[in-house]
Amino acid sequence: MLILTCPCCGVTAEETEFHGGGEAHIKRFGPGSSDEDFHGYLFEKVNPKGVHFERWRHANGCGKWFHAARCTVTLEVFGTYSAQTTEPPQDIKDKISAKRPGWSWREFA
Amino acid sequence: MSEAVSALKGASFDGIVTVEEMGLQGMITLRGDLASPEMKKAVKDATGLNVPEQGHIAGEGGNWVAWMSPDELLLIVAYESVSDTEASLRDALSKVHHLAVNVSDTRAMFRLSGNGALVREAIAKLCPVDMRTEAFAPGQFRRSRMAQVPAAIWMPDESSVQVVCFRSVAEYAFNLLKGAAAPGSEVSLFS
Ligand SMILES: [Zn+2]
Repeated sequence: MLILTCPCCGVTAEETEFHGGGEAHIKRFGPGSSDEDFHGYLFEKVNPKGVHFERWRHANGCGKWFHAARCTVTLEVFGTYSAQTTEPPQDIKDKISAKRPGWSWREFA
Repeated sequence: MSEAVSALKGASFDGIVTVEEMGLQGMITLRGDLASPEMKKAVKDATGLNVPEQGHIAGEGGNWVAWMSPDELLLIVAYESVSDTEASLRDALSKVHHLAVNVSDTRAMFRLSGNGALVREAIAKLCPVDMRTEAFAPGQFRRSRMAQVPAAIWMPDESSVQVVCFRSVAEYAFNLLKGAAAPGSEVSLFS
């Protein structure tokens, strides 16, 4: 079972108190974008085995959105952080590097 | 005006702990910048209570201020005085971005009372919350789920828990609590 700590209210709870919101740090391509970009935005998700970044919402709690960095193989959570950012903060990347040296995910490493 | 009644009209149940629906409660959702001096003063003037810390609740008896999220409080006051409290909040906060709404009739509130360890156990059967004394104590406030529905819980003292949920699921919540308090259902997890 996945255990997450919500950075907005400080509560640590198992995953049934939260709702997954899919892949994190996706750049939106909306009206006016090319069909290719729009298709990529909608459908091309990375689904990695290992380090992954996701959006979660504390649905049965404070109601806020946040980001989580975790391992899809072990369910280890490297850290959670604010939803108000377009990339993982350095301290989260450092924590992942300490445990999964050489990791990379999309343009981040 | 029609006569207001609570969802279950004060229904109660005696099992390993006592479960009661607490009747009509005045409740106000208050949103805004919780750290602002305007908000602190408005809450103090309206309830006599300070804005609680993250994850906590202030108050006693029928008068509470609960921390719901980084920008939301739940104020619990007497049902009869909720309009006055709401008006006083709106007045005090008229110059800052805020929201104050009377949600009294959208909610239900329950009290579980009796043996402290069994009261904790009844909640632990229904909510994914660590109910050990070292993890959850009077003064703390926790929003979570109770089986299939959202609920918020706190302990007014060591031998009782109060639960707030939506009125539309009051009967479901009462049935859950009755099940968790059924005679002979002791697990003795905390005793
Ligand atoms: Zn939260």
